[in-house]
Amino acid sequence: MNFDLNDEQRLLAESVSRLMMDRYDFNQRKIYTMSEEGFSPAMWQAYGELGLLALPFSEDDGGIGGGPVEIMIVMEEIGRALALEPYLPHIVMSASLLRHAASPEQRAHLLPGMMDGTRHIAPALGEMTGGYDLSHVRTTAREEGAGFRLDGAKTLVLHGGCAHAFLVSARLQGRPEDQQGIGLFVVEADDKGVSYRPYRTQDGQSAAELMLADVRVAKDMMLACGSDAAPAIARMADEAIAAIAAEAVGAIDSLVKGTVDYLKVRKQFGQVIGNFQALQHRAADMVVELEQARSMALYATMMSRHEDAIARAAAMSSAKVQINRSARLIAQACVQLHGGIGMTMEHPAGHYMKRLTMIEKTLGDSDFHMDRLASAAK
Amino acid sequence: MDLQFTAEEEDFRQEVRAFIKDHLPERIRRHLIEGRSASKDDIVEWTRILYKKGWSTPRWPVELGGTGWSAIKQYIFLEEGLAAPAPELLPFGVSMVGPVIYTFGNAAQKARYLPPIANLDEWWCQGFSEPGAGSDLAAVATRAVRQGDHYVVNGQKTWTTYAQHADWIFCLCRTDTGAKKQEGISFLLIDMKSPGIAVRPIQTIDGGHEINEVFFDEVKVPVDNRVGEENKGWDYAKFLLSNERVGIARVGTSKARLRRLRELAAIAGPDGRRAIDRPRFRDRLIETEIALKALEITQLRVLSDEAAGKFKGRPNPASSVLKIRGSELQQATSELLLDIVGPYALPAQQSTDGRNEPPVGPDWADAVAPLYFNLRKVSIYGGSNEIQRNIIAKAILGL
Repeated sequence: MNFDLNDEQRLLAESVSRLMMDRYDFNQRKIYTMSEEGFSPAMWQAYGELGLLALPFSEDDGGIGGGPVEIMIVMEEIGRALALEPYLPHIVMSASLLRHAASPEQRAHLLPGMMDGTRHIAPALGEMTGGYDLSHVRTTAREEGAGFRLDGAKTLVLHGGCAHAFLVSARLQGRPEDQQGIGLFVVEADDKGVSYRPYRTQDGQSAAELMLADVRVAKDMMLACGSDAAPAIARMADEAIAAIAAEAVGAIDSLVKGTVDYLKVRKQFGQVIGNFQALQHRAADMVVELEQARSMALYATMMSRHEDAIARAAAMSSAKVQINRSARLIAQACVQLHGGIGMTMEHPAGHYMKRLTMIEKTLGDSDFHMDRLASAAK
Repeated sequence: MDLQFTAEEEDFRQEVRAFIKDHLPERIRRHLIEGRSASKDDIVEWTRILYKKGWSTPRWPVELGGTGWSAIKQYIFLEEGLAAPAPELLPFGVSMVGPVIYTFGNAAQKARYLPPIANLDEWWCQGFSEPGAGSDLAAVATRAVRQGDHYVVNGQKTWTTYAQHADWIFCLCRTDTGAKKQEGISFLLIDMKSPGIAVRPIQTIDGGHEINEVFFDEVKVPVDNRVGEENKGWDYAKFLLSNERVGIARVGTSKARLRRLRELAAIAGPDGRRAIDRPRFRDRLIETEIALKALEITQLRVLSDEAAGKFKGRPNPASSVLKIRGSELQQATSELLLDIVGPYALPAQQSTDGRNEPPVGPDWADAVAPLYFNLRKVSIYGGSNEIQRNIIAKAILGL
């Protein structure tokens, strides 16, 4: 048992941290949020130069072969910097889907553009009637001639507006709630019948609603898992939970540090407010919640590629519940401890709160994961 | 980074588990699993079984009977004992006064006191807290006045766990009233049979008798019974208090109780309903399980950091969490038991041992409310959770 990073991992952490320090201060971030993309394409290229875009792809596929710990390291720094780039959906999540569901040939076709930063591929799995359940699929894929015809709508496609292509789940057979009969398809953004409506999210990032009306997809653009994509989607969701948990820990850690620093300089009643025991105890409780969250993010990372799907899902749900709890308690406490300035757009505290709140509502909120744990335990 | 234990550590776990299974009397195990506390005889019996195996003082130096186990193995041993559950080693000897004696005591004291601790031939209790010195421990007022080769001790200790069983008490006594409060304290070993000592039992809200008041009236204590230097007792006390970090979270105890809760929740109660089918109960149970998993990982992180020699001389933020969350979760498990037993928490019944009348309600019900009442102590003792928050604010956050 050991919780230490090895030398290469430490180096990775240092270089990502340095990149963020150099190019992601609060004012730069503000400029990025106002750009058309809602993030910095130049930063995306910088991620590429650092090897981050190739990180989760295997060496056989021309990638770097990083595992969950490497992803954790990057996501924690992304969280700390409140970075806006679509690393979670377009790299972590798409890489996971392609690793588990695509053939080597399909990967050879899709990966180079992702790894060199020229093509964004966004997973488009969720549907309005499915809530957080990604195996709830109404979008249909009907076999026709040499390919398929897709019809339906996908919701909350993270950073969908800048995507060149989508990984779309669609039902080949069965009812919407069936686990079997789901296929994954590569749909190009400029395919006929594809339309989407991009919008900003509360945390300054963006998402899109995707509409598919009689979209033709060639046979070889159905991923190799065929009509049995549900296990790959489940694996992707579990790996993504580990990644977003690490992002949350980075954000919480940074927010707590900033808040404690503030308690040491803000003066009222002739002294720094950090002298007041009521505030000290609130700060101490944040440390407890932060350390509990950190432990569960580590646990999620180490369990995220566990072969037993039931044990893996239980671990991920447990981790997400803890992360959600810590994120909410700490975000609220930090805004409270800042007082009025924490309410303003001029100060980072509120921006951390916004991102942490969106993290809570991404990849399953606590009610969803508590239900999942309860039904597994029956 | 790797969450797995090594094969050697797993083998060790199996060895410990098998030993406990083969040697722990079922009568004792059953008693503990129902949430009852171990009797003196239970603790003595189990300690002597461990002593024969060479496991009764695992953390001591090898030349004094320690096992030489790594921090991880110490943890595994502790966890397996708590999970069984087996009685815990009496901490006052093995974990508290023993290390003070072998670290600061002289050769004669080591030879005299350590062997009877290891085999629990002598039962120790802790004379730290006083009516006026609780969280502010350095305020101890019990006086020890030097007269020739004796001290004469006058004063009162309180919350003294198992003083009623004790052969010896280790005490913080004030030997210099003029100095700063931390600098006038000495660490004395006092024979409980000394004339002038009186023990008064304190009954706690659970109806049990664990703690006592101990009164000292002109008690003569040989100067040879002072550990280390005069007026340096506060240093030894701080050493003693910092020595027991691992295990303070009682993760194993809470894990065992949660396993028991799962079993009980799946059995229909007298009303024909299972607790696990009540959504509100089930959610609380799952939330507690999640929090305990997080605490278990936190505990492993602290151990791993200690083994790697990190955070030398400065506090590890993760370790500060252990006492606060560990005590809260112990209390949470007892609240869940209370919720399962429902209305049959009401009857105040004697222990089921040796009773002829049939119990009112489930046969384990009588221990539930007392356990809940009893465990309110864990957020008070060992530095209350409010003191722990002060420590985090000052030592970790620099507020």
